[in-house]
Amino acid sequence: MTPIVRAEELRHVYSAGTPFEKVAIDHINLDIEAGQLIGIIGHTGSGKSTFIQHLNGLLRPTSGAVYFEGGDIARSKEATRDVRFQVGLVFQYPEYQLFEETVYRDIAFGPKNMKLPEAEVDARVWEAARFVGLSEDLLERSPLELSGGQKRRIAIAGVIAMRPKMLVLDEPTAGLDPAGCREILRNITDYRRETGSTILLVTHSMDDAARIADRLVVFHNGGVAFDGTPAEVFSHTQALLEIGLDVPQAAQIAQALRDRGVALPDAIYTPEQLRDAVLAAWKGAGAC
Amino acid sequence: MLRDITLGQYFPGDSIAHRLDARCKLILVVLYIAALFTAVNYGSYAFMIVVTGAMIAVSQIPLRAIVRGLKPVLVIVILTALLNMFFTQGTPVVKLGALTITREGLIRAAFMVLRITMLIAGTFLLTYTTSPIALTDGMEILFGPLKKIRVPVHEMAMMMSMALRFIPTLIEETDKIMSAQKARGADFDTGSLIQRAKALLPLLVPLFVSAFRRADELATAMESRCYHGDEGRTRMKQLHWAARDTLAILLGAAVFAAVLVMKHFGL
Repeated sequence: MTPIVRAEELRHVYSAGTPFEKVAIDHINLDIEAGQLIGIIGHTGSGKSTFIQHLNGLLRPTSGAVYFEGGDIARSKEATRDVRFQVGLVFQYPEYQLFEETVYRDIAFGPKNMKLPEAEVDARVWEAARFVGLSEDLLERSPLELSGGQKRRIAIAGVIAMRPKMLVLDEPTAGLDPAGCREILRNITDYRRETGSTILLVTHSMDDAARIADRLVVFHNGGVAFDGTPAEVFSHTQALLEIGLDVPQAAQIAQALRDRGVALPDAIYTPEQLRDAVLAAWKGAGAC
Repeated sequence: MLRDITLGQYFPGDSIAHRLDARCKLILVVLYIAALFTAVNYGSYAFMIVVTGAMIAVSQIPLRAIVRGLKPVLVIVILTALLNMFFTQGTPVVKLGALTITREGLIRAAFMVLRITMLIAGTFLLTYTTSPIALTDGMEILFGPLKKIRVPVHEMAMMMSMALRFIPTLIEETDKIMSAQKARGADFDTGSLIQRAKALLPLLVPLFVSAFRRADELATAMESRCYHGDEGRTRMKQLHWAARDTLAILLGAAVFAAVLVMKHFGL
């Protein structure tokens, strides 16, 4: 099966030819299968934000290419524009991009740009508002007078309303309180379950990544350092710590227990797995 | 695309030109401009070209950066050259219908082009080698005496340094919002003039909102650190007038004097 998105030898250089020249990403080869929920991890400046902006053609590769459903997205202007609607990109702090007089009209901005008929736009706005849990009475209010968490949900709805085949979210939970974080993450998993969309989630939170992603890609210094299931990636605890990243708290506790001589299996990265492993180890020790 | 805008962008470096005091460089630029406008003939122009070349060499700014800075004024330069070529009286060289190009016109056009180019290259060296903060500090001190006649020098310098400080931030912000709206299918590059002006709305509204928010935050941050204007304010980075600054001023004055002497002898 053709992957929904394929990046081949992707390289991007900012400000080429000036003293501020910077290679942001280099030699990126990545296949994204349709329907996956992929967590992208990496610290600031690791190239992850640059990478995701290539997925819908906002940035052009310095060399290499990105293919969407087999076609090079940079092959023509029309192709690039079309991919913008197929790959929905939610930027970091998306609430700062709201501009319309009402929430409804802001969510409708994307579908309207797709030149859809009025009735279809309306249906999509309602659908998107429901996905992110915006109540009906909010739709006629000005987005600028709502709370930070609500604004963020409006911005996400604005992208979902385009019904993209793939949804890319750049740190959707940054700066929100724990309840707001949980709610956004639940919205995302619900959305995925209902639509079967491919989702790419850029995050700093290892716990979030461990909990909801099927696959993790770790960016480091403009390249892919690790790529695999959460179990595979988090088994490289030492290497992850060395490149300045965290591992989930459950994995940290498991490692600390191992260091103290408790015999625990390798792949532990969620609280539930830790609980079961500790119980098993405790029973094992008790039996001896 | 927006990143390519240069507003006398600072080029970090460690050349002698970078280490000179900002006040010294400001005075030098004034001397340089004065010398440039005093120069009238082949000899003095040749001399100024050498001086400009030496300044560029000392500052270690790549020539490419300076040429790039000249691009925006290219139109003015060409226009001046054309006007001078066609509208100067003298011995005709070429006749194009009603228009005549004279020998004097050609020479004058060449001189004007050289003068404008050097003027811009010279002043660009100032902003290329001096950080905006040092530059406004230097200006504030140099214009300091005007405070006596109630000119709000400090406030003006503060506004200028803030404006300079926020230009890159606003450009970055514009870039970000543009990308975000493009991701929702906004189209900024095609369509009629009215369509394009309308397309700017999704860009301008968030930009204004965030500019006001930023201004508000900045004011709060300044007040919470007890900023109350000029009185009794100290600087984190003090400007130091060193022997090399005095030397540089003397050198600058010597260049100006040399041009004056040349003018006297008709060179």
